Amino acid sequence: MRLFDKPAHVLHDMLVNKEITAVELLNDVFLRIDEVEDQVKAYLTQTRKTAFEQALFVDAKIAKGETIGFLEGIPGAIKDNICTMGVKTTCASKMLEHFVPPYNATVVEKLQTQNPVILGKTNMDEFAMGGSTENSAYFPTHNPWNLDCVPGGSSGGSAAAVAAGTAIWSIGSDTGGSIRQPASFCGVVGIKPTYGRVSRYGLVAFASSLDQIGPLTRDVTDCAHLLNILCGYDAKDSTSINATVPDFTKSLVQDIKGLKIGLPKEYFVKGMDADVERAIRTAIKKLEALGAEVVEVSMPHTDYAISTYYLLAPAEASSNLARYDGVSYGERVEGIDIVDMMNKTRSAKFGEEVKRRIMIGSYALSAGYYDAYYVKALKVRTLVKQDFDEAFEKVDLIVAPTAPTPAYKIGEMNSDPLKMYLQDICTIPLNLAGLPGMSIPCGFTNTGMPVGLQLIGKPLDEATIIRAAYTYEQSNEFHNSIAPLGEDKK
Amino acid sequence: MSYETVIGLEIHSELKTNTKIFCGCATTFGAEQNTNVCPVCLGLPGVLPVINKRVVEFAIKAGIALNCKINNFSKFDRKNYYYPDLPKNFQTSQFDLPIAEFGYVDIEVDGKVKRIRITRIHMEEDAGKLVHSGTTIKDSASSNVDYNRTGVPLIEIVSEPDISSPAEARAYMEKVKAVLEYLDVSNCKMEEGNLRADVNVSLRKVGATELGTKAEMKNLNSFKMIENALAYEIERQEEILDDGGHIIQETRTWDDAKGITLSMRTKEAAQDYRYLPEPDLLPIITTDEEIEEYRRGLPELPDARKERFMEKFDLSSYDALVLTTSRQMADYFDAAVRNGADAKLVANWIMGDLSKHLNLENKDISESLVTAENLATMVTLISKGTISSKIAKTVFEQMWKTGDDPEKIVKEKGLVQITDTKAIEEIVDAVIAANPKPVEDYKSGNAKSIGFLVGQVMKQSKGKANPSLVNELLKGKLDA
Repeated sequence: MRLFDKPAHVLHDMLVNKEITAVELLNDVFLRIDEVEDQVKAYLTQTRKTAFEQALFVDAKIAKGETIGFLEGIPGAIKDNICTMGVKTTCASKMLEHFVPPYNATVVEKLQTQNPVILGKTNMDEFAMGGSTENSAYFPTHNPWNLDCVPGGSSGGSAAAVAAGTAIWSIGSDTGGSIRQPASFCGVVGIKPTYGRVSRYGLVAFASSLDQIGPLTRDVTDCAHLLNILCGYDAKDSTSINATVPDFTKSLVQDIKGLKIGLPKEYFVKGMDADVERAIRTAIKKLEALGAEVVEVSMPHTDYAISTYYLLAPAEASSNLARYDGVSYGERVEGIDIVDMMNKTRSAKFGEEVKRRIMIGSYALSAGYYDAYYVKALKVRTLVKQDFDEAFEKVDLIVAPTAPTPAYKIGEMNSDPLKMYLQDICTIPLNLAGLPGMSIPCGFTNTGMPVGLQLIGKPLDEATIIRAAYTYEQSNEFHNSIAPLGEDKK
Repeated sequence: MSYETVIGLEIHSELKTNTKIFCGCATTFGAEQNTNVCPVCLGLPGVLPVINKRVVEFAIKAGIALNCKINNFSKFDRKNYYYPDLPKNFQTSQFDLPIAEFGYVDIEVDGKVKRIRITRIHMEEDAGKLVHSGTTIKDSASSNVDYNRTGVPLIEIVSEPDISSPAEARAYMEKVKAVLEYLDVSNCKMEEGNLRADVNVSLRKVGATELGTKAEMKNLNSFKMIENALAYEIERQEEILDDGGHIIQETRTWDDAKGITLSMRTKEAAQDYRYLPEPDLLPIITTDEEIEEYRRGLPELPDARKERFMEKFDLSSYDALVLTTSRQMADYFDAAVRNGADAKLVANWIMGDLSKHLNLENKDISESLVTAENLATMVTLISKGTISSKIAKTVFEQMWKTGDDPEKIVKEKGLVQITDTKAIEEIVDAVIAANPKPVEDYKSGNAKSIGFLVGQVMKQSKGKANPSLVNELLKGKLDA
């Protein structure tokens, strides 16, 4: 029996009912990794030995008749910008090639109370800067649905692993779409919770005011369970929100009758892929058929979101990444004096995209440009937020494409960073506004690439997203499709 | 040509919190290198700061005590610059919305009171310390970094350029130090660097309205250094201006051993710190009610205490100022008076013999073996006539060395003043008999020679005879 292709909640029930053991499950996932990882390349680091020990531990618990938590014994993976004590955390950068954190991120601590089986650390765009995982300093990750295509990014490894069956669940981070867009490209479920819902402590900062951690899963049910584990106030993160976390599994109900859904016309951009548009429009019809009331809303400042983001995020990044200087940890390239050492280290160990953003950010913060760029961007950010506030006075949920295109070919966008930046048009506004957003599979293009539907909620209202997503998901079979890899390809 | 001196001070004071500003590490001074550190203060990837609430509390108290307006809305900013003692390569500080603004202190120099305005007070983290393999950075093959000090909380108190002389600069620094000590928000140990000043000085022609080009001297951590460095720098600038030259805007370093300032780096191109609002910390909101609460909780401050000493104990303005400049000294004085000592007399002893001994041995009043209670007892012995002021000096020496109770010292050494008329009369008679010449001199109108006779009586009594009684008896006998 194949196990790697099942969602966590199914596997959990099988473990509880003693149909399988955690070790059997892990071995099946290991076999899958052995079979397809060479082609997908989702992992930067694998932790097979500790994974095996974790599985044994859970089996011992089950044998003793102890009850187990949702994630116990279920193999998953963590994006390589989330600190794991004793396990290399490189951010897919040469700068941190040998960096082993002496502490765990809060989300890792939270996961560990669940005794999950951690398979390793997933590939990403260096320091989460990018939307294709091509900016990894080590190797690109391939889309399990078409190995010539990118998996999206920056959490490309996390999305590809779940899509390829080399992980049952994974953790990613989302600064401008980095969970949702790869979820869309790889045909999995990914949510960026409300800013402040999940502690950022231990997430290597890219843009502090935009970064948020979230799960990538096979289906909405797993997503709700993972959110229950990850969310909650953390005294170590001053920006985490001290609000009660509802039991998100209570929202796994098929009921959207009377739910008011807004459709922002600005998200259906010029140049949008026809297949994607068709899939989205069909999904919206389906939602209507399921009882939702769909109305058009306007978000007039959407056009400015990208330029705002590409000032604010690099500005914060230029400061956040200043610490990588070769002095006390990370890599060092020797120089004739301290300034020379720092220059050489940063020149040699950062990739092109990282350097590009550090330069943009430093420029935006420079005396004489600060007001014209940084301050103005902050003001536009407020306007983008207001767009959502106004829309949410009329609707309960907003639905839009996750990305204007399906996964594109590896190398296709390399020569044109601006074109690549435009890919983020539908995801970035949520980060600027701090809102929760989920991408769920809603169909395929003619060439068989997955398309993602984005559901956007009010602040702290992940519950409504989950209810609508679950209702929609149960009405179709998209989430049960498996990427054509290995045995399946034949 | 005559110039007007314009001085401004930026005082950095480490706050007396148990833990650092953004993490739980201890702030203890002198710990083994790199032991008071954690991922947060080391700036490791992924860490986040959490504000130590005591730091905000201390900064607000300092703001109120220095007559500032406390901002209801304040925030942290990142000051970006690369230096190996700064693990994140930015210092979390405050830029445009500091915790306190628009304050002042009144200083007194040569009996004249002057108001020095305070521009702002902001909170920030201290940096680490470079430990060079050689004696200076220039002759070192390598340097190590000690991060123990990284993240120790600081407040920076920035003055307006209202200070006009080295003496005023010193008085201002002393006043700020006194206020911080009274608030108990800083240890103010200048030798440990937890109170230090960056000093800006420029000259302009008398009557000119525009400021001249300034030079800055960083990290001066003693009053003497501030005075000396300023005096030197003023003279240097005067000479340049007299010769028709121009002052270069620069940072100069004070070489305390040589007594000169040296150019460190020119500030021609001002450094761009690319300030950025700190996205990892929430703004600091302080309500008017909270500010009032802090105000009500403040202890008696130096100015108020000086007033009280003048009014209640009839001390001179100068004495009251000296006594209240250090909270410990003022507390000491208050304790001595509470123990029954005559206020004026004990003030003289504190400012006289006690201060002299403290200065000689470079000690703090808290380290003195002479307790306020014992000094009060000694002063009372003088007031009651049990010992003379002269004997008291001997008693005090003993107290300073051993910390003994003065009554015990007086008893054991038999230093009780002889007030028995008969016993003194015997000595007086003997002295008159043994010194016919001075007796003759006195009788023939040389009043001064009685001094010699008094001295002889005191000598024979081993200093214990009551001097006024000796005088009285001698005069009585000689004038008869």
